[in-house]
Amino acid sequence: MRLINRHPGRVSATLLGLLPFLLIMLIYSLASQERLAENPNDKLLPGLEQMTAAIDRMAFQEDRRSGDYLMWQDTTASLQRLGMGVGIAAVLALVVGVLNGVLPLIRANLAPLVSTLSMVPPLALLPILFIVFGLGELSKVMLIVIGTAPIMMRDVAQRVRELPGEQLIKIQTLGANSWQVIVRMVLPQIIPRLIDSVRLSLGPAWLFLIAAEAIASTEGLGYRIFLVRRYLAMDVILPYVIWITILAIVIDQCLRLANRRLFPWYNAGGH
Amino acid sequence: MSFITVKNLWKEYGDHVVLENLSLNVNQGEFCTLVGASGCGKSTFLKMLLGQETLTRGEMLLEGNAFPEEPDRNRGIVFQRYSVFPHLTVRQNVLLGLELEQSPLAGKLFGSARREALKDVDAMLEAVGLAHAASKWPHELSGGMQQRLAIAQSFVMKPRILLLDEPFGALDPGIRGDMHELILKLWRDTGTTIFMVTHDLHEGFHLGTRLLVFDKTRNDPQQPEAFGATITYDLPIGQTDQQTYESIETSVSTTARSLSG
Repeated sequence: MRLINRHPGRVSATLLGLLPFLLIMLIYSLASQERLAENPNDKLLPGLEQMTAAIDRMAFQEDRRSGDYLMWQDTTASLQRLGMGVGIAAVLALVVGVLNGVLPLIRANLAPLVSTLSMVPPLALLPILFIVFGLGELSKVMLIVIGTAPIMMRDVAQRVRELPGEQLIKIQTLGANSWQVIVRMVLPQIIPRLIDSVRLSLGPAWLFLIAAEAIASTEGLGYRIFLVRRYLAMDVILPYVIWITILAIVIDQCLRLANRRLFPWYNAGGH
Repeated sequence: MSFITVKNLWKEYGDHVVLENLSLNVNQGEFCTLVGASGCGKSTFLKMLLGQETLTRGEMLLEGNAFPEEPDRNRGIVFQRYSVFPHLTVRQNVLLGLELEQSPLAGKLFGSARREALKDVDAMLEAVGLAHAASKWPHELSGGMQQRLAIAQSFVMKPRILLLDEPFGALDPGIRGDMHELILKLWRDTGTTIFMVTHDLHEGFHLGTRLLVFDKTRNDPQQPEAFGATITYDLPIGQTDQQTYESIETSVSTTARSLSG
C-alpha cells in the first residue's frame, strides 16, 4: 500500500503524536543528568527537582520582599494586558473590517490606510508608544492593539467580501437597507470568522506582550523571564515558558469551543 | 400599456455586445421561461430586470416608469445556489424579509408582531412542504429542500416579479419535477409575474405561459463578441409543434458550439 494511503488508528495516532514530546523530555533529562553529575550547581539544564523547587518558590510561597505570590501576580498582569489588547483590537477589527467590506465608499477611503498600517513593523513603533503613552500599562496594551488590529481588519474585510454575492442580492430583494444588511446578514456571519482571526492573532499578541514587558515593566510573565535571565535562572525560565504555552493553548481552545457552541451552523459546514 | 416594456435594448461591455436590439412586452401574471445557449445574455437580462445591471441603450419600463437601479422588495430572486442564509434556521430565513420590512432599525421582530409574522411564515413553509424542517439549518437540507426554502423566502414577500436564475439546474431530474409543480402552484395562487432562466429546453417548453429563446442571429466565427443575442422566438407555451422545437434546439446548439469553439 502506498504511504499516502496509510492512516493511523485512533490509539496509534495519539501515541505518534505523543512520541516527539516524550523524545524531547528524554533527551533533555539525559543531558541534564549528565551535566548535573559533573557539576551539581549547573544552571543551564536544571533537573525536574530544581524546577519544581523554583515553581514552588514562585507560585506557592510569598515573595520575601513584596509578600506577593509572584507567578500569579505575573500571570494576572500579563493576561490583563493581553486581554485588553486583543479585545480592543478585535472590536476595532470588527468595526473597520465590516465597514470596509460592506461599503465601497468607506473601502475606497480606508482600505489603503489599513493595508499600509499592517505593513508597519509594530515593534519599530514601540519607542514611539513609550514616548507618547509613557511606560505604564497603556503603551503595552497599545502595542498589542497596533500589532494585531490592522491584520485582523484586513482579514475581516476579506471575509465579508467572501460572503456569496447572491446573499447580498437576495437580502436586498427582501427589502433590506444598508444598515439591515450589516446587522442581519454580515455581522452574524462574520463574528465566528472574527473569533478564528483572533485565535490566529494570539501568537503575535503574546510576542508583542512579552517584548513590551521585557523592556519596561515591573511585573508580568515576560518581565520575569527577562529579569531572572541575569542570574541564568533556567529553573524559573523553563517553567514560565511552559506555563505561557499552556495559557496560550487554553485560551485558543476556549475560543474554539466557544465558536462551536455559539455558532453551530458555522462549524457544521454551513458556510 | 403592458406591465413590462422593453424597447430596442442593447447591453454592451466595451466591445463585447451581449444583447442587441431586444424588444419585449410582458403582461402582469405571465410566466416567461428564458432559454438559450450560455453566453447568450439570458442571465444578463435577468440581472437587468433585477436592477443589478443597467442597460447601455434603449428603454426598459415597469408600468411606464424606468426600472429601479437597485434590487428592491418588489422583485424577488432565486439563484441556483447560495440564496438562503446559512446562519438562520429555515423558519428564520423565511421570517427575515418580514422582519426587515417591519423593523427598519433592528431588523428583528419581537413579541406579538413576531408571532403574527410567524403565522405567515408557517403557512408559507406548509405550502412549500418544509413545515417539518422549520427548525433545521440550511446545511442540513438537501439541494431540493434548500431551493424550496429560497422560493418560500421570496414568495412570502409577495413580490410583483419573481426571477428564477436556473433554480433547478443542480437538482436531480425527479426532484425537478416536484419543483415544477410547486412553482406552478405558487404562481397560480399568487399571480406573480415570473421570469425563469433555464438551460433545459424541455423545462422551458413545459413550464409557464411563454417561451423566450435568446440566440444570436448573426455570428462572426472570428469575433464571437461582435454580435449580441436577441429574442429569436417568442412563443406561447402549449401550442408549439415538434418541428419548431427541433429547429430551436438546432439553432441554440449551433450557437453554443460556435461560442465555445
